[in-house]
Amino acid sequence: MEHVKSALHEIGVEGLTISEVRGHGRQKGHTEVYRGREYNVDLLPKIKIEMVLADRLVDSAVEAILRAARTGKIGDGKIFLYPVEEAIRIRNEERGEAAL
Amino acid sequence: MKHLLYVVMLGLALGLFAGQGIAQTAPQPAVAAQAATASQAPSAAQVQKLEKQIADAQSSGDNAWMLVCAALVLMMTGPGLALFYGGLVRKKNVLATMMQSFSMMALITVIWAVIGFSLCFSPGTSFIGGFQHLFLHGVGAAPDPTYAGTIPFGTFMVFQLMFAVITPALICGAFAERMKFSAMILFMVLWSFIVYDPMAHMVWGKGGFLNAALGGAFPTLDFAGGTVVHITSGVSALVCALYLGKRLGYPGEPMPPHSVVLSFIGACLLWVGWFGFNAGSALAANGLATSAFVATDFAAAAAAIGWAVAEWMRNGKPSVLGVISGAVAGLVAITPASGFVGPMSALLIGFVAGGFCYWMVSKVKSRFGYDDSLDAFGVHGAGGTIGAILTGVFATSTINPIFKDSQGNALPVGLIDGHPGQLLNQLVGVAIAWGLAIVGTLVILKVVDALVGLRVPEEHEIQGLDLALHGEEGYTFEA
Repeated sequence: MEHVKSALHEIGVEGLTISEVRGHGRQKGHTEVYRGREYNVDLLPKIKIEMVLADRLVDSAVEAILRAARTGKIGDGKIFLYPVEEAIRIRNEERGEAAL
Repeated sequence: MKHLLYVVMLGLALGLFAGQGIAQTAPQPAVAAQAATASQAPSAAQVQKLEKQIADAQSSGDNAWMLVCAALVLMMTGPGLALFYGGLVRKKNVLATMMQSFSMMALITVIWAVIGFSLCFSPGTSFIGGFQHLFLHGVGAAPDPTYAGTIPFGTFMVFQLMFAVITPALICGAFAERMKFSAMILFMVLWSFIVYDPMAHMVWGKGGFLNAALGGAFPTLDFAGGTVVHITSGVSALVCALYLGKRLGYPGEPMPPHSVVLSFIGACLLWVGWFGFNAGSALAANGLATSAFVATDFAAAAAAIGWAVAEWMRNGKPSVLGVISGAVAGLVAITPASGFVGPMSALLIGFVAGGFCYWMVSKVKSRFGYDDSLDAFGVHGAGGTIGAILTGVFATSTINPIFKDSQGNALPVGLIDGHPGQLLNQLVGVAIAWGLAIVGTLVILKVVDALVGLRVPEEHEIQGLDLALHGEEGYTFEA
């Protein structure tokens, strides 16, 4: 997590939203045992990072995340790219890249 | 000169007395001898006064200890049991579970003060006490020598109260997460009269049918409540679990403890509090209390290991929930034995109880499929039963000469003393506890079900009892 954050800061990304979530892709879960009863836990704790970026920063941000977050094992996660229609700063109603 | 004489003689007397116990004050016989020859011998009145001061000093020590023990046992319910059980349920039911323990602290106390104590400890029949101490009439600063000659009767009363409080709280483990609050309150009121008071009277009350100390017909050795507290509550728990039925989604849906951390803290408070429960049952700060304290501690430790070993072998990993449950199982099993067995026996009893209760909770429960949610039967009912039986095996007069012949010589107590017949008495006590718990609980469940209904409706069970029954959430964590 820290590596990813510093890599993003280095290329000029300043706004991030981080959530602690649970989920899984192809990664198997684990088994917990409480007083002899087994529970299969397949919802694993994960971190979700959301950023809205100017188009010109997208490629370097993807590159930075790939470098910082890769371990080579299943469970490294995924990057999804979405187009964003508009960004508005609530404080002063600035729009577009100035709002980022 | 007279003052010096009093002080020196009191110091000598206290020193001689304290030498038998734990504290040591140095006696000064040389100075006393000089003082005695230097002036007159004390008068009868002065000796009487000194004897009273000695007795007061002993009472002071015993009373201080016993009041602390009463506090320790209350702590076992709140927050000990509340945390232990609270951590084991799902987050949406944590407060409702803790409320069950706390409400016993309030409710049973009031009932005890008015009539409960009298029904347990005043003379009556072999099976239930009378009304001599209604509203605690006659219970004050003066001791009742039949029970405990060196502490106020009021101390004995309030110590026993804490046992009456925790016993019903234990049952709640069986019907956690699905019982109506109103139904539980009504159930516990009736249970205290129909099951607890008669059992306590039979084992500990004057004239009790099973009272080993006061010449009961079938003297059952139960030092601190293996039958009275653990078997009655544990077996009642099983009846409740079977009658109420399983939780929605059990056993398919996973319902792991929401916080083993809370349960851990609760279990440690139970271990420490149990010193008040067992060692306090010596009713004095004496060598028997020491022996019970040691036995209690050793059994807890050995049982934690016993459970851990069993779990390690079966699952490949010892768990925290396992070791703390093991410790509790050992504490349950040593409860009837604590003031009768030696330390090595305590280790053995603990180790056996740890393994046995692990088996009950992991194998037997799943084989029969009953939803004893927090293992009240698996730990307390089963642990209490095996503890009561092993008490008959390992009880020895060298620890506690409870049986005496007409000349006051100690008689053999348990199997290892050469008195195998005690096992039969233990089985009678165990059988009566089981029988009373089963019959009493069934009757009460039927009555309460007819009056108010036992189980919460499905929507409440899904929403969670904290919101549905109490309008609260355990964890809000909003900034």
